[in-house]
Amino acid sequence: MNAELAIILIACLTAVACAIPGVFLVLRKMALISDAISHSILPGIVIGFFITEDLASPWLILLAAFSGIITVVLVEAIQKTGLVKEDTAIGLVFPALFSIGVLLIAIYANDIHLDTDAVLVGRLEYAAFDKLMIDHVSYGPKSMWTISITLVITLALLFAFYKELKLSTFDIGLSSALGFSPVVLHYGLMSVASVTTVVSFDAVGAILVVALMIAPAAAAYLLTTDLKKMIVLSILFGIMSAIGGYYFAVWLDASISGSITTVLGLIFLLVYLFAPTKGLIAVLFRQKRQRTEVSLLTFLLHLNNHDSIEERRVAHLHEHINWGKVRAKTVLELAQKNNMITMQDEVVSLTNKGLKFTEKALDYIITNKDEQIEDMKDDFFLFRG
Amino acid sequence: MEQKIAVAVDDLTVAYNYKPVLWDIDLSIPEGVLMAIVGPNGAGKSTLIKSILGIIDPIAGSVAVYGKPYKKQRDKVAYVPQKGSVDWDFPTTALDVVMMGTYGALGWIKRPGAKQKKQALEALEKVGMLAFKGRQISQLSGGQQQRIFLARALVQNAAIYFMDEPFQGVDATTEIAIINILKELRKAGKTVIVVHHDLQTVPEYFDWVTFLNVKHIATGPVKDIFNDDNLTKTYGINYKVAVQK
Ligand SMILES: Nc1ncnc2c1ncn2[C@@H]1O[C@H](COP(=O)(O)OP(=O)(O)O)[C@@H](O)[C@H]1O
Ligand SMILES: [Mg+2]
Repeated sequence: MNAELAIILIACLTAVACAIPGVFLVLRKMALISDAISHSILPGIVIGFFITEDLASPWLILLAAFSGIITVVLVEAIQKTGLVKEDTAIGLVFPALFSIGVLLIAIYANDIHLDTDAVLVGRLEYAAFDKLMIDHVSYGPKSMWTISITLVITLALLFAFYKELKLSTFDIGLSSALGFSPVVLHYGLMSVASVTTVVSFDAVGAILVVALMIAPAAAAYLLTTDLKKMIVLSILFGIMSAIGGYYFAVWLDASISGSITTVLGLIFLLVYLFAPTKGLIAVLFRQKRQRTEVSLLTFLLHLNNHDSIEERRVAHLHEHINWGKVRAKTVLELAQKNNMITMQDEVVSLTNKGLKFTEKALDYIITNKDEQIEDMKDDFFLFRG
Repeated sequence: MEQKIAVAVDDLTVAYNYKPVLWDIDLSIPEGVLMAIVGPNGAGKSTLIKSILGIIDPIAGSVAVYGKPYKKQRDKVAYVPQKGSVDWDFPTTALDVVMMGTYGALGWIKRPGAKQKKQALEALEKVGMLAFKGRQISQLSGGQQQRIFLARALVQNAAIYFMDEPFQGVDATTEIAIINILKELRKAGKTVIVVHHDLQTVPEYFDWVTFLNVKHIATGPVKDIFNDDNLTKTYGINYKVAVQK
């Protein structure tokens, strides 16, 4: 296998392995905890490295993952005292553990290949050359093996416990009442996140691990209302950024994990802006239309309440209802487009359809009876959500 | 007439961060009643239900469901949590939420199939929400969300139903629809326990009532104990609720 392919493959496998726990972390509003884990496993890695002298050793992985779990336990213990909020607790725990790791490196590991730079941004470029050798036979890059094994375990757990994870993420109370212990599921998820972080860490560094867990899931969340699709989309975004980031790095002659992080950021930004219903532009557009629709309703109610021709003159709109020309024009056009009013000699009257619409809307506003306006929901944002 | 006890709570004390929110509760609920739990905000109503269902560990006391610990009787109990306790922006549909009611019977790892889907659809039909089965749950109104939760409990097909404020944020039509289903459940011999806020409707909707405010104040038939005295003990101020009979 050539180095280029090996690097891309390692990046893609890492992306997929991170995206899966990432979805549940995002849905549980625990994005920060992945940041905490990725930093506080450092002392575990350093101590593990002293013992095993091998960054890809399974013992090191378990030891480091264990310090990830300790982070979670510490954060929860501090939070349980009720003195500080969760984000404060996270902010207290991970710098402490991280700095212990950095100190350990500085004191004891100056001459080994474990420097803080590598820890933060990883060494994807070298990961491809660090081969697994057994009896002088090369079995490909070590990280490929560790990440593949982690990914297989993650997928197996996801398939086995999908329903339990979904339930305990959505409704922790029912999950507990039905006997699916939220504590077990929580620590299961945290263990997977910790192990994934540790094995990804050597190749891609702490910053990219966090980005690979959170950004794809956050982008997917804006695009779909189906958990399975959210997982698939997150995986796709992860793979896209791994491949895109690699070529971006080659083109710029820059760090690969840095480029992957940049591509991830770009993907999220694009989705954040352009997602069809939850994107920023869609939301702004909807707000504007809602404003217009409220004005339309106000206008129709006014027509409904007043019979005299004076009250129904177009000019009157500006003076009496106090609308600017643009707004009045938009509202009039919207009403006409929907055949709710007719205009004759600058005098507006309600059509039958307009009258019905007005009465129905009025009824809804007074009684809040949802069934009546089901059909209006398709045409008018005002009555949705 | 000897009546079976559905739920027995014994000397139950529950605390959050060492601050007791339920003090030494003794309570027994006979089978087949439709019972309201009333009390002011923060009285511990939700906490009582959660500790009966083993969601919160009490610091003292015990709970029995038909004479055995709750853990052995999970299949006999259905639960509707307070609506605000879940994230309605979660990426899932109405049908999928109702299907969650079947998870308990399935147990770990096994997945819901055609049979579970059919049960969920029937429950959706029963609460008048079949037309909304594919709708993302954030796109439902407050009343529709409550109906979905009720459908999910119906799917659990239990003997005892715990419901935490099922009338919260629902319109009058939905309230009547829900109470009719609850009355049907009682007719079918089920025990239904509901955290309720509107004192005016207690005599009309329920046959039993529990007054709770950190301590247990009274439990019994509405016609016997729903009076000014207990209301005053519970709410601290004099409640002039006229009770007929
Ligand atoms: N998770 C929690 N942590 C700390 N205190 C809590 C928690 N849940 C509830 N409480 C407190 O316990 C008391 C009882 O709460 P709850 O059972 O929800 O009351 P109710 O349902 O009667 O309104 C309240 O004072 C509330 O602030
Ligand atoms: Mg409550």
